[in-house]
Amino acid sequence: MSQILDQFQSDTARTTADVPRRAFVRKALRGYEVKRDETKATFTDWQRARNAASAIKYEGVNHLDRYLQEFEEKFTARGGKVYWASNAAQAREYILGLARDRGVKSIVKSKAMTSEEIHLNAALEKEGYEVVESDLGEFIQQLKKEPPYHFVFPCMHLKRGEISALFEKELGTAPTDSPEELTQIARRFLRRQYLKADMGISGGNFIVADRGVISITENEGNARLTTAMPKIHVALIGIEKILPRMEDLALFLPMLATAGTGQHLTCYNSMYGGPRQPGEIDGPEEFHVVLLDNHRTRLLADPEQRDALHCIRCGACLNVCPIFKNIGGHAYGTTYQGPIGSVITPHFRGLQDWKHLSGASSLCGACTETCPVKIDIHHHLLRNRRNAAAQKPVWWERIVWFGYVQTMTRPWLLRIATKLAPFAQKLHPLVLGGVFDPVRAWTKSREFPEVAGESFHDWWKKRKAKKS
Amino acid sequence: MKGDREKVLARIREALVLSAPHHDEPVGVKATSSAPFRAWLPPVGEAIGEQVVLFARQSEVLKTEFLECADVAVAAAHLAKLAAENGWKRLAWHAGALNEGVVPHLSSVPGLELLKVGAGYDPDALEACDAGITECETLVAQTGSVMVSALSSGGRALSVLPHHHVVVARREQMVSDLAESYARVEKRYPGGLPSFLSFISGPSRTGDIERILVLGAHGPKKLTVLLLP
Ligand code: SF4
Repeated sequence: MSQILDQFQSDTARTTADVPRRAFVRKALRGYEVKRDETKATFTDWQRARNAASAIKYEGVNHLDRYLQEFEEKFTARGGKVYWASNAAQAREYILGLARDRGVKSIVKSKAMTSEEIHLNAALEKEGYEVVESDLGEFIQQLKKEPPYHFVFPCMHLKRGEISALFEKELGTAPTDSPEELTQIARRFLRRQYLKADMGISGGNFIVADRGVISITENEGNARLTTAMPKIHVALIGIEKILPRMEDLALFLPMLATAGTGQHLTCYNSMYGGPRQPGEIDGPEEFHVVLLDNHRTRLLADPEQRDALHCIRCGACLNVCPIFKNIGGHAYGTTYQGPIGSVITPHFRGLQDWKHLSGASSLCGACTETCPVKIDIHHHLLRNRRNAAAQKPVWWERIVWFGYVQTMTRPWLLRIATKLAPFAQKLHPLVLGGVFDPVRAWTKSREFPEVAGESFHDWWKKRKAKKS
Repeated sequence: MKGDREKVLARIREALVLSAPHHDEPVGVKATSSAPFRAWLPPVGEAIGEQVVLFARQSEVLKTEFLECADVAVAAAHLAKLAAENGWKRLAWHAGALNEGVVPHLSSVPGLELLKVGAGYDPDALEACDAGITECETLVAQTGSVMVSALSSGGRALSVLPHHHVVVARREQMVSDLAESYARVEKRYPGGLPSFLSFISGPSRTGDIERILVLGAHGPKKLTVLLLP
C-alpha cells in the first residue's frame, strides 16, 4: 500500500525538479486555456449550457439501467452485439475470444482510455496479435512504451526532437524538425494498417439510448478509418457514457470540443448504429459494443459522489490544475490523470491505496469552475479525505486534531499557546530537520514562517486603546 | 460468450436506490429537448443568406475551401481546375443526383481515371485515389460542418480515405445547427437512420506534436465544399 504512496512521492519529487519540462507543459496547457476561453465567449450563455449539460447527465446516470437497456434493444435490433462486462478480465476475455474465433491477425486501434484501463494491448500482444495504436499521440506513446501523459493529449510532454529520435529508432526514418513531416511519417505507416487489419477497436464518447448509437469524437480521422475498414469492430465503453437522446448531442458535442480543445466542434463527430446495413456500401460485418462496469457501479452507489460519473473526459480540469501543471501526468500513476482521476481512482482501485491523490490538491476549485458538466470535483477530493480518515483513522492525526480542538475551543488556552509560540520557535533550530522536528515535512523544502511576536487579539486591543 | 448483463444491471439498480443530491444550485432548466439549447449556443441567423455567410466564415477558420457555384458548369470547372492543379490521377465518387450532374463533366480531363464506388470496391484502389467526391445530408452554419451519412455519401470510407474530400451540396441543405441536422435526417429516414452519420468540420487535423496544427493526420488533407443553388 505505502508502496504506491512511495512511488508517488519519488515520482513527484523527480518530475517537479525537471523545471524545463514543467515550463514546456505549462505553456501548452495555458494555450488550451486561452483558446477555450475564446470559444466559450462565442456561446450566448455558457453557464446555462453547463446547467443543461449537468441536468441531462444527471438524468442519464440516475436512470442508467433503463437507458442502457434501451440502447441495447435498439442497437441489437440492427445487428449490433452488446456485451456486458463486470470487470477488466471479462472484457479482455471477450475481445480475445472474438479475435481467436474469427482468426484475427492484425488489430488497429483508435484512442480508448478504457483499453488503457483494462490493459488490453498487453493481453492481445501476449497472445501474438499485432496491435497498432492509430491516434498520433497514442501511436507515439505506444512506440515509447509509455502510458498516455494526459487522457486527451497523450504526448503533450514530448518535444519534436524527442519524437523524431523515437521514430528514427523505432521506424528507421530520417530525423526531422517538422511536426508536419513527423505526422506524415505516422500517416504513411498507419494507412497500411487500416487496410491490413481484420479487427478495429475503439472507445466511445457517448452511448445514445433513444437511437441506439454510439458517438465518437476525434480530430484525426483515425477512428473513422478504424470503424470503416476492418471486418470486425469492437467499441469498449464505460457504462457511464450514457445520454438519453440523440438530440442531446447537439449540446454535448460543441461543449466537449469547447472545453477540451477550444474548438467549436472537433473535426469528426461520428455516430454508429451497428454494422453495415442492407443497402449500404461498406462498414464492418460485425459491430460489438462492450459495456464496461469495472467498479463504476461502486462509484454509482455513492450518491454523494455519483456526479463524478457525469464526466465527459474533456480534460479541461487537467489543463487548469496547478497540481497537474507541476507534477505532470505520469506521476499520478493512474489511467485517468488530474483532478477527476484523483476523485474516481480511489473508487475504482481502493480508497486507502489512492487517498494520497485527494491530498495532492490545493483545493483552489479551478477544476470545478471549468468543468462543462459541473462536477463538484474539489469537494469530492475533500469527501475522499474524510471517508479515508473515517474508514481507517491515523492515530497521530487523531492526537493532533484532538489537541487542536482542545486549544481552539478554550480561549485561555489559545492565549497561552500564542504567547508561548515565539519562544518555542527559538528552540526549533535544535531539532530542525531531525526526527523530533514536528514540521519536518514542511522544513524539508521550505523555511518555516516566523511566528508573530504578538497575537492579533492583543494587537487589536492596543490599536483600539490608541484610537480612543 | 455470455456476459454479466443481469449482474451489472442488478448492481446498477441497487446503487440507484439512494438518490443523488444536486451539488450545484437548482438548474432551472428542464432539458428534455434540444429546442432550448439553441438559446445558449453561439448565435446563428434565421435567413439562409446569413447562414451561408456564417458557413463561409467558419470554413475559413477550419481551412475548408468553400465555393458558391452559380450552376453545375461552374462546379465542374472548379473540379477540373483542382484536378489540374493537384495532379489528380484517380478520383472516386458515388451514385447520386448531384454527383451525376457534376462528375461526368470530368471524363474529359486527360489522364483522370474515375472510380465509382458501387455495391463494393477494392479498398486499396480507393486508398490510391487522390480525391473522393460525395454528397451530404446537411451543411451546418453554426460550426461550418458537413453532415455525411452511409447512405448519402457513398458509405463510410469514401469521405475519409482519399486525400482530398470534395462535397457537392445544394443551398437547401444548409441548416443552422446540429439540432436541425438531426431533425432533418430523422425526417428523411423514418424507417431508421443510416448506420453511420458524421459531422465533418474541416480537413483531418492534429495538434498532438507541440500543439502545432497539422492538416491531414489520417483523413483528407484538404476539404472542398461546392455549394450549388
Ligand atoms: S471532470 Fe469535468 S472538466 Fe474534468 S474531464 Fe471530466 S468533464 Fe472535463
